[in-house]
Amino acid sequence: MVKKLDKVDVVTVGVGWAGGIIASEVAKAGVKVVGLERGDDRSTEDFQMVHDEYRYAIRYELMQDLSQETITFRNNLDERALPMRQFGAFLIGTGVGGAGVHWNGDTWFFAPYDFQIKTMTDEKYGKNKLPEEYTLQDWGITYDELEPYYRKFEKMAGTSGEPNPLRPERTEEYPTPPMKSTPILDQYMEAAKNLGLHPFRQPSANISEQYTNPDGQTLNQCQYCGFCEKFGCEYGAKSDPTVTVIPTAQKTGNFELRTNSYVTGITHDGNKATGVRYVDVQTGEEFEQPADVVALTSYTLNNCRLLLQSNLGRPYDPSTGKGVIGKNYCYQITAIATGFFKDNFNAAMGAGSLGTTLDDYNNDNFDHSDLDFIHGGSITMKQLGKRPINENAVPGDIPRWGKKFKQESIKWFNRSIPVTSQGASMPHKNNYLSLDPTYKDSFGNPLLRMTYDFTEQDHALYEYITARCAEILEEMGAEVVEPKELTDHFDIVPSQNDHITGGVIMGEDPETSALNNYLQMWDVDNVFVIGASAFAHNGGYNPTGTVGALAYRAAEGILKYRKEKGQLVKRNKNGKLA
Amino acid sequence: MADEEKQDDKMSRRRFIRNSGYVAGGAIGGGILGTFIGTNFLDDTENRSQENNSTNYNRALKFFTRRSDFQILSAASERIYPKDELGPGAIELGAPYFIDHELAGSYGNNEREYIKGPFFEGTEYQGFQTPLKRNAIFMAGIRELENQSKSKHDKFFVDLEGEQQDEILKKFENDEVKLKHVSSAYFFDLLRSATLSGTYADPLYGGNADMQGWKMKDFPGSQMSYINRIGSEEFIEVEPKSLGDHQS
Repeated sequence: MVKKLDKVDVVTVGVGWAGGIIASEVAKAGVKVVGLERGDDRSTEDFQMVHDEYRYAIRYELMQDLSQETITFRNNLDERALPMRQFGAFLIGTGVGGAGVHWNGDTWFFAPYDFQIKTMTDEKYGKNKLPEEYTLQDWGITYDELEPYYRKFEKMAGTSGEPNPLRPERTEEYPTPPMKSTPILDQYMEAAKNLGLHPFRQPSANISEQYTNPDGQTLNQCQYCGFCEKFGCEYGAKSDPTVTVIPTAQKTGNFELRTNSYVTGITHDGNKATGVRYVDVQTGEEFEQPADVVALTSYTLNNCRLLLQSNLGRPYDPSTGKGVIGKNYCYQITAIATGFFKDNFNAAMGAGSLGTTLDDYNNDNFDHSDLDFIHGGSITMKQLGKRPINENAVPGDIPRWGKKFKQESIKWFNRSIPVTSQGASMPHKNNYLSLDPTYKDSFGNPLLRMTYDFTEQDHALYEYITARCAEILEEMGAEVVEPKELTDHFDIVPSQNDHITGGVIMGEDPETSALNNYLQMWDVDNVFVIGASAFAHNGGYNPTGTVGALAYRAAEGILKYRKEKGQLVKRNKNGKLA
Repeated sequence: MADEEKQDDKMSRRRFIRNSGYVAGGAIGGGILGTFIGTNFLDDTENRSQENNSTNYNRALKFFTRRSDFQILSAASERIYPKDELGPGAIELGAPYFIDHELAGSYGNNEREYIKGPFFEGTEYQGFQTPLKRNAIFMAGIRELENQSKSKHDKFFVDLEGEQQDEILKKFENDEVKLKHVSSAYFFDLLRSATLSGTYADPLYGGNADMQGWKMKDFPGSQMSYINRIGSEEFIEVEPKSLGDHQS
């Protein structure tokens, strides 16, 4: 028995960064919005006992309950996909604030090159730089067009940072100055400069000083406590939705947050959505929530899954290249070289985005004419705050257990640190998302199936950029430098990074993309799909800044749609922003 | 708070102890420091709380029903993380009890993991696919450790020499032992990771007795703030704090 509720103006599916930004912006404009969140409510009060590596970083307290729902995975079309039974390669958040609670706070703007990657790559390197099975596309928006929304996100989040010498298009100062530096980060800076590179203190949402944002929310100064990623911040010193956009939305009186509300489908009448169906996960009661606008804000995977499950949009078919939902699923390569140093440093002290980075090998900042890949990755040293269960790096052939292991892992705990690069990921026609034919979630709905493998482009970029990471550690004078090799195929088991993107991508052509540049579905005018699911490829930076900018853009789109109705962007391949 | 941190900076309690050798706990005063000094010099009687020499009632079995299984687990975990000149091993730190308690709860029962069928063997990239829960995998692995020991040496696993135990464990690690519905290498990985968790998790879980795992690693545990120390050129030895220290 489904209980039908009173209609609302806007409903968001998920209340993390995307849902929180939509809620705050439309609620401020006087629009009534309901946020449906499958997990529990959360606030800084829940994190007073958060310095617990086992609970949060080993047992993943803040992550999705996989017994209810997971994905299935295979490397290629010829394999049978099998369930991801426990977390490995990437983590999926849940609960109020979503992944915005357990993120590290790296707040990047993607590069101008990212948004026009197809056009700019073709112009510079010719049309055959990448083989045609790479489904590379422009995003349907330029950096200049998106820049004001980036700015809006950054002012809301209070981002700390300093200018990037290789991104001159940015002229405004950051809302707050860069975080404190540390001796090991200073050494990285110096070594990179010696190599003729352009290092700088990376942008951070672990705020360097107390900051009150334009919505009147105050963020506190980061304490460098060393418990950031996979943890929530007990100080309210990491910009997250629970201390910024969600209270802003609540302050208006126009926002209702419903927790433990698990959305199972979008109801629709032909090509118009009528609302969503959801289940109260504590009582099992089913509800229908009618709405004028449905904002899908439930992370990359569920945004795609809910559309497929609800028969909205055209599912992507890798055999024909036709269809769009599930297309251009991308990841990142996580290149790592570990440096083992002579002297101890204060490795346990740190913060999620306390780092120094450089863009010399990112975007199209270096010539790719003689290289068999495009794009690149930021190269970063971070002092995250080491924790003892997970951090047992030992150099060379030292065994993984026993006396020698104990002694060496203890010896190097405060003397080793990695340099990492998150390398951009280019879309490939066989990397996509679809519904699994066999496995079901706890409500009997099909799991999402991920078909994904590293491409030749990934392998080439990985090899190139790992060597660059190692060079910097050598220049720093590390006693041992150990670059890590990429697995032959993408492996769902070892932890890599959480930056999964695509599946419901934006673009300029309805034939090849699911969303216009307001993140409005081309095929369903009153559904907006917000998240990294909209990325047409994945860049060489963390994704959250771009998710935030796109969410502000989509919020503007939703308000515009309420006035104008219909499509906000003309279905014209060569069209500029409407 | 700030003064206390400065004190830590000037001379860590750990260094103090290192430099001054044996100091009676009472002479220094109570609190954490007294506790810490006590731990190093009292007998390592397994079920004694180091603080006041009373019984540690937490050290009892929640999952295992046969003492012999628990002893095999204990011996194996000690080979993974042995006692040596740096300090205590897995047994003294309480890691076997930690594992027992975890096996009885959400970890052992895979409560937050997808355990629906059908089960198929996948590729090596698809992650482990088994209908067995972790506590069943531990039971199967422990019984097979004993089986291997008996068939090769005609002795109980716990009675073997350390090197002999290592040889058997290596066979598991290299997947050279057959278990039902699960690979021996997977069991070994669980054993290894659970032992390290029991060694280094906050003492609230029953392992890492008196934070000695952290002390060996110079890990300060749960500190509220490093804002005044993060820029230090010198390595600062900080006396660790557990979540329990923040309860009062």
